[in-house]
Amino acid sequence: MAVYETVIGLEIHVELATNSKIFCACATSFGDEPNVNTCPVCLGLPGVMPVLNKSVVELAIKAGCSLNCEINLINKMDRKNYFYPDLPKAYQISQYDLPICVNGFVDIDKHGERKKIGITRIHIEEDAGKLIHIEDQNDTLIDYNRGGIPLIEIVTEPDIRSAEEAVTFLKDLRGILVYSGISDCKMEQGSMRCDVNISIRELGSKTLRTKVEIKNMNSMKEVYKAIKKEESRQIELYRFGEGYKIIQETRRWDASKGKTVSMRTKEDAHDYRYFPEPDLPKLIISEGQVKDIKQSLPELPKDKRKRMMREYGLTDKEARVLTEEKLVGDFYEAAVKLSGKPKETANWMMTEVLRVLKAESVIPITSKQLAELIIEVEKGTINRTVAKEVFEEMINTDRSVFQIIETRGLQQISAQNILEEVVDKVLTENSKAVADYQVGKTQSFGFLMGQCMKATKGQGNPNKVRIILENKLTQ
Amino acid sequence: MGIESMRVKDVQVGLRRKEFSDVELVKAYLDRMKRHDKNVKAMITICEEEALEQAAQVDKKIADGKSIKWMEGVPTGLKDNICTRGIRTTCASKMLMDFEPPYDAGVVEKLKKEGLVILGKYNMDEFAMGSSNENSAFYPTRNPWNLDYVPGGSSGGSAAGLAAGFATVTYGSDTGGSIRMPASFCGVVGVKPTYGTVSRYGLIAFGSSLDQIGSFGKNVEDAACALKVIQGHDPKDATSREKGYDKDYVSIMKKGVKGLRIGLPEEFFGKGVDPEVRNSVLEGAKQLEKEGAIVSSFSLPIPESGLSAYYIISSAEASSNLGRYDGIRFGYSASHCDDYQERVISSRTEGFGNEVKRRIMLGTYALSSGYYEAYYNKAMMFRRKVRKLFQDAFERYDAILTPTVPVLPFKIGEKLGDPLSMYLADIFTVSVNLAGIPAISMPSGFSKSGLPIGLQLMGNEFSEETLFRLAYALEKELALDKKPIAMEVV
Repeated sequence: MAVYETVIGLEIHVELATNSKIFCACATSFGDEPNVNTCPVCLGLPGVMPVLNKSVVELAIKAGCSLNCEINLINKMDRKNYFYPDLPKAYQISQYDLPICVNGFVDIDKHGERKKIGITRIHIEEDAGKLIHIEDQNDTLIDYNRGGIPLIEIVTEPDIRSAEEAVTFLKDLRGILVYSGISDCKMEQGSMRCDVNISIRELGSKTLRTKVEIKNMNSMKEVYKAIKKEESRQIELYRFGEGYKIIQETRRWDASKGKTVSMRTKEDAHDYRYFPEPDLPKLIISEGQVKDIKQSLPELPKDKRKRMMREYGLTDKEARVLTEEKLVGDFYEAAVKLSGKPKETANWMMTEVLRVLKAESVIPITSKQLAELIIEVEKGTINRTVAKEVFEEMINTDRSVFQIIETRGLQQISAQNILEEVVDKVLTENSKAVADYQVGKTQSFGFLMGQCMKATKGQGNPNKVRIILENKLTQ
Repeated sequence: MGIESMRVKDVQVGLRRKEFSDVELVKAYLDRMKRHDKNVKAMITICEEEALEQAAQVDKKIADGKSIKWMEGVPTGLKDNICTRGIRTTCASKMLMDFEPPYDAGVVEKLKKEGLVILGKYNMDEFAMGSSNENSAFYPTRNPWNLDYVPGGSSGGSAAGLAAGFATVTYGSDTGGSIRMPASFCGVVGVKPTYGTVSRYGLIAFGSSLDQIGSFGKNVEDAACALKVIQGHDPKDATSREKGYDKDYVSIMKKGVKGLRIGLPEEFFGKGVDPEVRNSVLEGAKQLEKEGAIVSSFSLPIPESGLSAYYIISSAEASSNLGRYDGIRFGYSASHCDDYQERVISSRTEGFGNEVKRRIMLGTYALSSGYYEAYYNKAMMFRRKVRKLFQDAFERYDAILTPTVPVLPFKIGEKLGDPLSMYLADIFTVSVNLAGIPAISMPSGFSKSGLPIGLQLMGNEFSEETLFRLAYALEKELALDKKPIAMEVV
């Protein structure tokens, strides 16, 4: 039986993190009342004209530099013409034959080895409005807040060979774009959208077969599922000699049904009648500008990961988790700087901080607070269990570590006389366990230890309690 | 002095000497419109209230002893494709019959800032597509020199209205001759400036890479004043240019023309040019020679291919620019539609006139995959060639002199069934738009039948001052400035 290979190329639309839209001064914020962020320009009223937002060009160049592209110094914008109610001018201003960036790549990890995914092109364009279909009603409403938000479209070479690779690539790409401040890349909010071009061929073959485009996945998980599904649909057709049924078409991923549905075939594809946008002059970029942007690029996740492993002695897994989001990495490094305890700080990050971040989408404490907490544990003022309590309280109040310890009296009890009293009391009250221990049932030590800690409300210095308890039992 | 023969200078002096108030002046124009526009049909909207209010403000300033700006109080009017906030802007189309823009065009902002009084919105060919003003969805405008004749187009209302004495100066737009052609037919001066010197923001787009707003005056000086007041960079129009605005044409134009080199391109005087037109324009050339200009003939093989390239490029851009009229957000919306597609199709079918539909189809075809190379791309290649040919010509000449239109004004209805012969009327004007250069049309004489004939002066980018110098000298020589406007026939 033939062995098949999947060939995947991605088209990723990313909303650029500008404050205003691409051709007017309207705000780009997400989640506002419908149609509040609109003006005659982004509504395409008669006679209005676009003016290109300079920061769009800067961010697009930045994206190109981060993805190892060549930057085209002479740029023009083009019109892509089609009728659709979310497109008020009946054309989208985009770039056709002269995209701003070409010939780049991203290195991804594939089982510990590097694999190069080629970037064919990146171009600038404007987003369309959003259609809102009202359930059970025949009406469709239009929200033009999104219309005119700047986008870049990133097109990859057909270098990806599996759903796993696609997701790894997308994660790496997102990391790079978020790190560089190019986009917030929130798939669920639509600021990162991914279309998949997929075809199947026999392993070893060099020719590309008919590809199918899949749209409408709004998370990485959906991208993964959609590829898996389409892959098996195509393989099955080839396997049963029905490869002719694979036609060049666009299919829509239906997440609720877990399958793809045909949207349109090549025959009814639009003729977009591209031509140069006459309302915008040629855009000339200087080599100096590209150079400046290259120099201003932040450390990219991959480099940061390597540095963290080297500098802080983190494991690959730790470094990976801590660099997945720029925010997390920055928080970690700031905390380490103050605490001087990279390993301990990493532990706190991986357990407590990320848990809270996941639940609340923000880190509700400062890196300084975390560092102070770690220092207090290190100094022995509080023990680890109590520290977790302090952490919880810090999330919900804005009190400092010291205030919490002070007002709640959480200091660790290390005084020999107090601890001895506690241990004596526990031993008298639990004579059975003591007897058990003495006949060799060592597991009752744990029980007695627990009772002692309980008696100190968890504040007893565990090392000291252990020593006292051992001494008393063996006396 | 009758209001119809008033020049900018007369208004400026009269207001300052308190010979009349601005309100009196505006009322006189409004009154003249009311009496005569039923015959000329130059107006679409008369802004009586706004105009009187604006004039009263000017008068108050004068009464208070404050100084008024250079052009303040001068009554003017706009072609109805220039957006005016809160005043309907129709493009002479059913599609925009009730469209009230929530913004002013860049030029309107300038006019308001400079204190000119906007009397109204002038008739035109629908969406500026036409050469006779017969494509107005409302009514055709008539030529004030002979009401059986067309005023030319597409800024026919602005030219005819000015000739009929409905304003001191007016404004129009020129995509392929739409200012110069009606200027020629109506016996007034019309200026199409260098592409980018006047903001296009708020000019309802036809062919964006060709459209340019310009001015009409009853003499060269008026047209220059009217242009000067609207020119300048506008941050809202990315194609507006930063340079070339500091020129004071009005004083420069009186410098004389001694030593200026004038080229007469053979291709613009040959077959298809009415002998009366040819002779009148050549007479103009002789006069310039008398004034010290150096006149010679040369070859400029542009007209025929230029016309084709123009109609392809302008229609292609129009097909895209007019996509937004879908009956959904503004403008005409067909009733009784079941779904989106039906609404778009019905609204466009009912809202657009035949010429507009013809251009949309032509443009859509020229941009379609499979035809793009043969039409749009080829037209763009020829456009580059036109630019080069002009560049070369302007190394040898300071200006090029041609007829504005090869024929005399034609009768209403005469060419309506023959779009091609209508398109041919633009043959001498379109190449100027393809090259983005400035040109002026001014009266050169009259036909035996008493209809105006116009000549065209073309110059290199930003050479408006040279063109005004030539036009000013020529106007003095031909002494056409004082010719009475033939409103007596009305």
